[in-house]
Amino acid sequence: MPDLPVDAWVERAVQFLLDNFSGVFDVASTLILQLVNASYFVLIRPHPLVLLACFTALAWAATRRWQPALITCLGLLLIQSMAMWAETMQTLAVVIVAAVVALVVGIPVGIAAARSPRLSVAVRPVLDFMQTLPVFVYLLPAVFFFGIGVVPGVVATTVFAIPPAVRLTELGIRQVDSEVIEAAQAFGSRSRQILRDVQLPLAMPTIMAGVNQVIMMALSMVVIAGMVGGGGLGAVVVEAVTRLDIGRGFEGGLSVVILAIYLDRVSAAFGERQGRSRRLRTRPTSGTVPTLGEGPLEPLAR
Amino acid sequence: MIEASHLSKVYGLPPNRALPLLTDDRRHEAVRQAGGFLGADDVSLRVQRGELFVIMGLSGSGKSTVLRMINRLVEPTGGRLIIDGRDVLAMAEDDLRELRNRRISMVFQHFALFPHRTIRENAAYGLKVRGVPAKERLERADWALRRVGLGDRGDTRPDALSGGMKQRVGLARALATDADILLMDEPFSALDPLIKREMQELLLTLQAEDQRTIVFVTHDLNEAMRIGHRIMVMKDGRVVQCGSGQEILASPADDYVSDFVADVDRSRVLTAASVLRPPLLTARLADSPEDVLRRLGAAEMNGLFVLDELGCLLGVARDDLLADAVRNGEEDLRNCLVQEYETVPVDRPLIEFCHLAGRHTVPIAAVDEDGRLLGVVPRAAILSSLASPKKVTAHA
Repeated sequence: MPDLPVDAWVERAVQFLLDNFSGVFDVASTLILQLVNASYFVLIRPHPLVLLACFTALAWAATRRWQPALITCLGLLLIQSMAMWAETMQTLAVVIVAAVVALVVGIPVGIAAARSPRLSVAVRPVLDFMQTLPVFVYLLPAVFFFGIGVVPGVVATTVFAIPPAVRLTELGIRQVDSEVIEAAQAFGSRSRQILRDVQLPLAMPTIMAGVNQVIMMALSMVVIAGMVGGGGLGAVVVEAVTRLDIGRGFEGGLSVVILAIYLDRVSAAFGERQGRSRRLRTRPTSGTVPTLGEGPLEPLAR
Repeated sequence: MIEASHLSKVYGLPPNRALPLLTDDRRHEAVRQAGGFLGADDVSLRVQRGELFVIMGLSGSGKSTVLRMINRLVEPTGGRLIIDGRDVLAMAEDDLRELRNRRISMVFQHFALFPHRTIRENAAYGLKVRGVPAKERLERADWALRRVGLGDRGDTRPDALSGGMKQRVGLARALATDADILLMDEPFSALDPLIKREMQELLLTLQAEDQRTIVFVTHDLNEAMRIGHRIMVMKDGRVVQCGSGQEILASPADDYVSDFVADVDRSRVLTAASVLRPPLLTARLADSPEDVLRRLGAAEMNGLFVLDELGCLLGVARDDLLADAVRNGEEDLRNCLVQEYETVPVDRPLIEFCHLAGRHTVPIAAVDEDGRLLGVVPRAAILSSLASPKKVTAHA
């Protein structure tokens, strides 16, 4: 067997990117940092109780039931009384930015893949690669490009969260009844009109399931990002692990769980509004590698 | 109106590879070996303005492919397609969209309604694509919904409707654009028999009112016979036979067609004209009873029709009355006539008069509007035409 120096190639490629595109990385880094700071600012500026009321109201608006609203209220109060509020909001800010960027990138790619079988075939292995590559392997190059801090965490989280956005958008559009598309064509629609009037609205429940997945993926990654100085709850957990501080670690973990359940239920409920459709959700896990988007997913018990 | 000549469709191969294969005599084989599938093979058809043209065949026979080539939802691999003198296959994108939006509308087997829109919005879809202002197009949609009997349901969503009602919406959507060509892809196949019949009635009523040019695909020969002016039978992408329902019933082109026709209710489709034959014997009023009686005896018959100079029926001369006349020494048939016979117009379906057969000494008489005798329908002819398709082929 020939001895292939893949490691040397990758290092050379990373070095090449560093040498030639450091300007691009600097700009991206600044942009991401500003985005995270801005959302963190919005989340931390109001008094926690005001924000708590907003989150509770949002939970009610999404589900139209009082139980989720009450549980939200109690859960967030618990976070506040464990003195985890600021860390939780930091994590939330990173999740929001990463999820938005992942959706902004992922949904258009998903739409394009649904319309071009060739692109779909090309994109699939890339998505597999993004999802199955052990997360720490992402973090290393991210640190190389963006340095220690919150930015490599956001980048790694975004990369990790893109696949479900692409996959579920593509799936949703492909699932639209071909006869309905034909009907739109038969009445003389342009393909852009078909996308806007027929495909996207009908794919919306699946796309929303994708949004839910993206948020969950981002949340599971954001804790790991704590290892490279991502801050927030990840930092709390990592710090607790290194000091063997069981109590503090549990507080951090519990906050992640509360945030995860909240984000999952609210985004899923908004998705459900769009129609009754098969929904895929992952349980956010801190520290383990989440499953593939199309793999055996375990729905959270209701 | 619609003229298609030598339309072919090869699936699964790029046109530049598929086209050379089509000149092959064994093109089905050639296309399959190249990894493709010949969906439509050299199909030519011509649909007149206002005609209800039916394409019939089993699934996989290429009927839907042919239908979809008319508005280029399926792009033909080869051939020509002219609609109102315009070459459709040469049209640019924009012209084609315009053609689909204004001239051709379509109804689908599984309704293909937009589930996220109300019924009114569904019906208005073609006009929305056309850019008609909201108020105007919704009014037009309501008008179309009223015509299909759903005037009061505009605000519901498709999933609240039964299958038959959904297809009414599908029909309304097609009516609303005022297109003069209507393509229907097995529109009633997914409906249960009673609703199906109701929808056929509705279609015929609408068609009687505005005489659209309709191309209707079905696998149900009874349906085809019921609504179609002409029927084109397809098999393996080829046209097997094209003609009126009666022509196809009376002389199926091959075993495939006769299998198809085997379970059709023939008595509803066949008319007096299709079993008509010339009378063996007729007589004039001035004929001598003796002579007529002798001819009757030679033909082993018990009676015959007596006609005037124009060929109009005067009555029936029965053998016993003729014998009386001979005994009395009468010169003509005047006293031999009785009115013991049945007449039917030639376009009457068998089902409506077959019970009259055999009542009298003479066969049923088929007459035109002036009462002229066009032919007779003996009982044996009715029975043989109903019995076996193969036998009818032999007669024809």
